[in-house]
Amino acid sequence: LGHDIHFHDKKIALLEAGPRKDYDHLPDSYSNRVSSISPGSATLLSSCGAWDHVCSLRLKPFRRMQVWDACSEAMIVFEKDDLDDMGYIVENDVIMSALTKQLDAVADRVEVFYRSKAVGYTWPLPSHSCDTSPWVQVELADGRKLQTKLLIGADGHNSVVRKEAEIQNIEHQYDQSAVVATLHLSEATDNNVAWQRFLPTGPIALLPLSDTASSLVWSTSHDHASELLAMDEESFVDSINSAFWSNINHSDFIDTAGAMFRSAISLLRPSGTAVRQLPPSVAKVDPESRAMFPLGMGHATEYVQHRVALIGDAAHRVHPLAGQGVNLGFGDIACLAHHLSAAAFNGSDLGSLKHLLRFETERQRHNVSLIAATDVLKRLYSTTLAPLVLLRTWGLQATNALPPVKVRI
Amino acid sequence: LSLFRFTVKRPFSTSHSSVDSKEMKKFQLLAHKWWDEEGEYAALHSMNDIRVPFIRDTLLSMSSNYHLGNPLSGIKILDVGCGGGLLSEPLARLGASVTGIDPVEDNIRTADRHKSFDPVLAKRIQYKSSSLEEIVEESMETFDVIVASEVVEHVADLEMFIKCCSQVLKPDGSLFITTINKTQLSYVLGIVVAEKIMGIVPEGTHEWEKFVPPEELEHLLESSGFSVKTVTGMLYNPFWGSWSWTGSTSLNYAVHAVKAGAQGHATDTPPETDIQQHSATAGTA
Repeated sequence: LGHDIHFHDKKIALLEAGPRKDYDHLPDSYSNRVSSISPGSATLLSSCGAWDHVCSLRLKPFRRMQVWDACSEAMIVFEKDDLDDMGYIVENDVIMSALTKQLDAVADRVEVFYRSKAVGYTWPLPSHSCDTSPWVQVELADGRKLQTKLLIGADGHNSVVRKEAEIQNIEHQYDQSAVVATLHLSEATDNNVAWQRFLPTGPIALLPLSDTASSLVWSTSHDHASELLAMDEESFVDSINSAFWSNINHSDFIDTAGAMFRSAISLLRPSGTAVRQLPPSVAKVDPESRAMFPLGMGHATEYVQHRVALIGDAAHRVHPLAGQGVNLGFGDIACLAHHLSAAAFNGSDLGSLKHLLRFETERQRHNVSLIAATDVLKRLYSTTLAPLVLLRTWGLQATNALPPVKVRI
Repeated sequence: LSLFRFTVKRPFSTSHSSVDSKEMKKFQLLAHKWWDEEGEYAALHSMNDIRVPFIRDTLLSMSSNYHLGNPLSGIKILDVGCGGGLLSEPLARLGASVTGIDPVEDNIRTADRHKSFDPVLAKRIQYKSSSLEEIVEESMETFDVIVASEVVEHVADLEMFIKCCSQVLKPDGSLFITTINKTQLSYVLGIVVAEKIMGIVPEGTHEWEKFVPPEELEHLLESSGFSVKTVTGMLYNPFWGSWSWTGSTSLNYAVHAVKAGAQGHATDTPPETDIQQHSATAGTA
């Protein structure tokens, strides 16, 4: 918003609980928190000049994504026809550093309060018949007071803004935690494929960071996650390799049924079965890079109220299996910025529900289906029950064979 | 000599005015409801979605020297019949210096209080409880733009109203009017449905007799030294609560007219020197 021409004479304050994150030089080791950035999100970042900084720091584009089941041979491959980049794996710290640089460029309009925390909010009444200020009052931990026409809550899935605004949140804790780590591959390779295998305990994913390194995101039960963190490095690496390679969960019945279906497809659509590539094997893990965090799902019943808007995880929280959490957030930002910019050019009061509701409708329509689909996928793949495995095996194979459906995904 | 001057001033005294006292009473009752976006004035709030861009884009197209972040900077606007300031505020946010006048004191009080909470608006807008005639003397050829939105259908003497507009407007200045046509359709939809059935407009707000057909308005404007540039129909969708432009002027419509230039005839070239001068002298609020 600071870079938007229609916000030329507006003032924006950004309250950030953490310290300023700026990279003068890149650390050699990779951070274990990475995100898969979609091309749409990359466009947003480049519209405010941040993507250039990201490219000059470090990122890894990937061209292909292979997703397969642990209980059968079914798999689906995503790739763009013209071999364009499907997405980019970028460390979160790199994105933060790029954004910090761009914030500096508009420091006259955007003031960032690092290491600050809001301790109190005073909400205005919707009709201005009283003498108290019709704006939102925010009190900071250090006693300073700010007032604003529009408060945007981007404070994560435990959003305080959302709670204080008394917006209901539908939430559900998955019995899963995600284990992240930075891994080194056994041999250098053209590491431009993202791998994900659905195990009954949860999906395990390998995201490329460089030709020799990849990032691990393994969603599994809380107990297993703690075990993975506790075990020594060799056992950890062995677990990862066996998770990707072992066929323990296969059953003859499913294999035969799957093979039959595959032959049927290759009769009807000869190009419908893709070549199965083999994922790389892991040699070692970066010490200190193992971490875990709990997973859950959440969706706020309202994204907006008079003078308040929620974006990102504060509005919705999703399982990492689709790699879309941060991209949904970027989508929210692009949409809200678009509506606020138009409102500013119309001279409207920025906190007015009229345009905030348009943002909410647009995003809820988009987000709800994706969040629901992710939740369904998560549940569908959490079982070894034969009928469901068969269903998803055939479903996955069919989807792999049908380009129109794949493109939509 | 002084007696003579006093007599000449008489046509502008309030006893023969364009303000209708019956109309004033109607608005007095609802003075505190202006800023409830979902209340009685909801339709006027959503009218901003089309009338502000209309004014903004017309003025931008007439000027070659503007900044997108502050599009109306340096422009002096008179909002006649400003009510609670619903239109004055967005225009001021876009950079204009706005003077809002309204004969109903309660409206001005509401408008003043509402703008007082915003330091930027408080500086850019001045409200005055007054009729148009009362400010003519001290404001001859003062304003770049006059906006009379949803006002002329409440006015007692339309011809005098337009003449006063011409007097306070600079040469080549713009006049924007939005109002309601006098047709069978506007009686049925504008009064029966809007007021009595759906309550879109508070009952008794409008009198069909005072609606103004665009032909009459154009005629009055042209004979008072204006050149009518645009006449466009407006349509309100009560289910969405939103306005849109339309080809038909049988219900609501908007007019943009330009006062004749200093040479005595309306020019088509944009008044560049005027606006450049103002950008230089106007402080950024």
